Amino acid sequence: MDFSNFLKLNQEAGLVAVLLVLLICDMFGGEGPKRWLRPTACTLFAVLTAIGFFLPATGEAFGGMYVSTPMTVLMKSLLNLGTLFVFLQSGQWLRSDAALRLREGEFYVITLATLLGCCVMISAANFMMLYIAVELASLPVACLAAFNKYKEESAEAGAKYILISALSSGIMMFGLSYLYGAMGTLYFDGMASMTANAVTVIGFVFFFAGLGFKLSLVPFHLWVADVYQGAPTGATAYLSVVSKAAAGFVLMFTLYHVFGGMEAVWHTLLRWIAAATIVVGNLFAIRQQNIKRFFAFSSISQAGYLLLGIMCGTAQGMASTVFYVLVYLFSNLAAFGVVAAVENQSGRTDIAGYNGFFKTNPGLAAIMMLAVFSLAGIPPLAGFFSKFFIFSAAAAKGEYVLLFVALANTVVSLYYYLLIVKAMFVNPAEEQPIGRIRPDGYNRLSLIVCTVAIVLIGIFSYFYEYIDSISTGMKQLN
Amino acid sequence: MSILSLFVLIPAAMLLCLFLCKGTKAIRAVMVAGASALLALSLVLVGLFVKERAVSDTAMLFTQDIVWYAPLNIHYAVGVDGISVLMLVLSAAVTFGAVFSSWSMSRHYFMWFCLLITGAFGFFISTDLFTMFMFYETALIPMYLLVGVWGTGRKEYSAMKLALMLMGASALLLIGILGIYFTSGHTTMNIVELAEQQIPLAHQRWIFPMMFIGFGTLCALFPFHTWSPDGYASAPAAVSMLHAGVLKKLGAYGCFRVAVSLMPQGAHEQAWIFLILSGAGVVYGALCAVRQTDLKYINAYSSVSHCGLILFAIMMLNGTAMRGAVLQMLSHGLTAALFFAVIGMIYGRTHTRDLREMGGLMRVMPFLSVSYIIAGLASLGLPGLSGFAAEMTIFVGSFQHPEILHRVLSVVATGSIVITAVYVLRAVGKVFYGPVQNEQHLQLTDAAWYDKIAIVVLMAGIGLIGLVPSSLYNLIENGLGPILRQPGAS
Repeated sequence: MDFSNFLKLNQEAGLVAVLLVLLICDMFGGEGPKRWLRPTACTLFAVLTAIGFFLPATGEAFGGMYVSTPMTVLMKSLLNLGTLFVFLQSGQWLRSDAALRLREGEFYVITLATLLGCCVMISAANFMMLYIAVELASLPVACLAAFNKYKEESAEAGAKYILISALSSGIMMFGLSYLYGAMGTLYFDGMASMTANAVTVIGFVFFFAGLGFKLSLVPFHLWVADVYQGAPTGATAYLSVVSKAAAGFVLMFTLYHVFGGMEAVWHTLLRWIAAATIVVGNLFAIRQQNIKRFFAFSSISQAGYLLLGIMCGTAQGMASTVFYVLVYLFSNLAAFGVVAAVENQSGRTDIAGYNGFFKTNPGLAAIMMLAVFSLAGIPPLAGFFSKFFIFSAAAAKGEYVLLFVALANTVVSLYYYLLIVKAMFVNPAEEQPIGRIRPDGYNRLSLIVCTVAIVLIGIFSYFYEYIDSISTGMKQLN
Repeated sequence: MSILSLFVLIPAAMLLCLFLCKGTKAIRAVMVAGASALLALSLVLVGLFVKERAVSDTAMLFTQDIVWYAPLNIHYAVGVDGISVLMLVLSAAVTFGAVFSSWSMSRHYFMWFCLLITGAFGFFISTDLFTMFMFYETALIPMYLLVGVWGTGRKEYSAMKLALMLMGASALLLIGILGIYFTSGHTTMNIVELAEQQIPLAHQRWIFPMMFIGFGTLCALFPFHTWSPDGYASAPAAVSMLHAGVLKKLGAYGCFRVAVSLMPQGAHEQAWIFLILSGAGVVYGALCAVRQTDLKYINAYSSVSHCGLILFAIMMLNGTAMRGAVLQMLSHGLTAALFFAVIGMIYGRTHTRDLREMGGLMRVMPFLSVSYIIAGLASLGLPGLSGFAAEMTIFVGSFQHPEILHRVLSVVATGSIVITAVYVLRAVGKVFYGPVQNEQHLQLTDAAWYDKIAIVVLMAGIGLIGLVPSSLYNLIENGLGPILRQPGAS
């Protein structure tokens, strides 16, 4: 066997190394809480994330089962970045109670394990590899969701997630078996000549449904709100950003590289699903009283916008999708950073708890406001640009009706995002307002980075232009 | 760097300064310095523009074009013609007045204020659809917080209604912009280049109404005006000033610069629809104003009526009426700002805006009363003040139109002048003359020095337009030239 192949998995190898170091430290670090575990984890992972952006693309490995291109390198680095913020924001929670403190190392190791799955998923060029990676990415998330196992909601979230993810994996596997039967191979390249017929369409639909659960598309979204609400905030942030982004990237790659021959079929399907996802996510978000549930539905509708970019099938579509994820990552994690800080100190996750938040915590309120404005697509924040690019990619494909639905929904989404702003700035504080919230240094760092990014990413065109330069459209059939 | 970018950089710098400085004095210093700089800059720009226009006949002057997003051909492109120069002067004057009439406001208020005017100025200098749209939305969102936090009455309802209706309108704009970009066949967002190209008629037919309704909503196009009365009634005085004086002009300017000039044939075909709508708005707004008893609602509906007239004039699609439309934009901008400023000052003293609870204020606060009356007279079109020059030009232009529908609508719209006289004089008679209704009102003081500065600047503008409108015609004329030369325009 040619072991040099392993070197081509440079990012994954780095992840495994960090994971092992942390695991060993945790195991042999003796009993009791470990003060140094968190700085070690954050620093090591931050270094890995930083290096990740500059790693070269290494091409194919393991006989074409694994592919690394500049685009996959960038995507994985984005996932790393998102996970890094989750680490930074979770520390305060992990140290909030003795039972959790003991298991701090576990949290880092499990999160890195699922991240590893996400990374392999993106690079997979073979459905078997893809399937294993999807499993690796989902199973540990159930542990994360149930991390507060003595809390009923957390346990419930874990149980729900594991059931749903097992079901969706089964469905995906079922679809893959059809595709394998039709094409006789599991390699993406070998399947690229696929055309639409009864077997491949059934196979595609099941495969898509499996991914749809991960991406929380309507009608596969029913688990999202309960899991997001019950899971610890760190796990929710991870689910809503990293896990969703990875599924989106995989969907994009498979559509572009495998199912290009049946574009007419999936284009129609995705058009309806995108519209339904945006509308349903938005309508349900309006009535939410719990801020984590609120962000669950808001993230469902955001996934719909993501799908809008993915379904274009053009290089512009890919660029706008990746850019959208980049902006969404910073905006959503800024919001979750604030949510986590408030939850840790006051235990409140209801939106009413934020009444008069600006009076008591002007800084955090401003960050939250920027985050939701960016999610709503208000200039000059980055969200405006990412939405504009997605819409412009859809318009280039002539999807004006879908565009109209999506844009009408940005108004709905503005309404519920403004409800958060209204609670913080306009509503009078309750009789016992949550006091001054002090996020710890790590969380503060993550909030500052996210805020700066929200403000600057749109104004400096470098980021989008770089993404655009490495984007590719659908593979043409020969 | 073009001189025009300063119009965006100054408010942005003010925002930054406010972020850093604390203390009432420092905040006021920043705001006054910034507003004065903007006003001075806009006046200098007029001089420079006249000088430059004498030697150059390109569509836009002081242009600057920086590639921003190369893959989508988005540029940061600025440039002005005569009309945008006038809009910049108007915005600067209203901003100046608004700063002085929100003298006691807090730092956060002024931060949103600066963001709002950044958007407004940016919109008027942009010649790229993307930057234009971006500045447009930048100007909208601060309104939500300005009304929601610092407003009065049903502020939460009004703020939400205003934000959602205007964002809904901007959703139409975005579709329209993308439609223009992808159907013009020349992937460019520069409006000067686009104006030279023909957008296929089939596409003009659906893009034009989107753009016109999109921008028209901000200019209170009937029946999409409902955000405006509630919004103005709830907003703090300076915000009503800025919104009626500047933001509504953003809508009118957009209708004119983007909808009509990029899609002249579409405009020509659908003119009748929008003439009926805007004509209805003119009369409807005036009639509503007659029924109101709240000073702010009266002027908010009056503003619906006057802005309807702007859109009405634009859709007449002839030179004279359009010239009148631009004059009316200036005139309404200044009178509405003056109205809302004075109402804010009166409300700050009497704590009521209800006509029935006030009376005889002329004896108590003569300066404010006279200012209100002058604004009223300008608004009802007294010769010598701005309203007369504007409305006269509009109606002369619209009667020139050969078609019978246009003439009938013109007659109907002219009727609004009479109704305007009714509601203005009724309010004046009730509030300023007659017996004092409330004994406590006798203790009130007249305008403070900062109130006077705001009023005098706005009043000077009203007088200037009224007395020498001909000097503005030249500036307007070479802005209209390229639009009227287009096929389809009469």
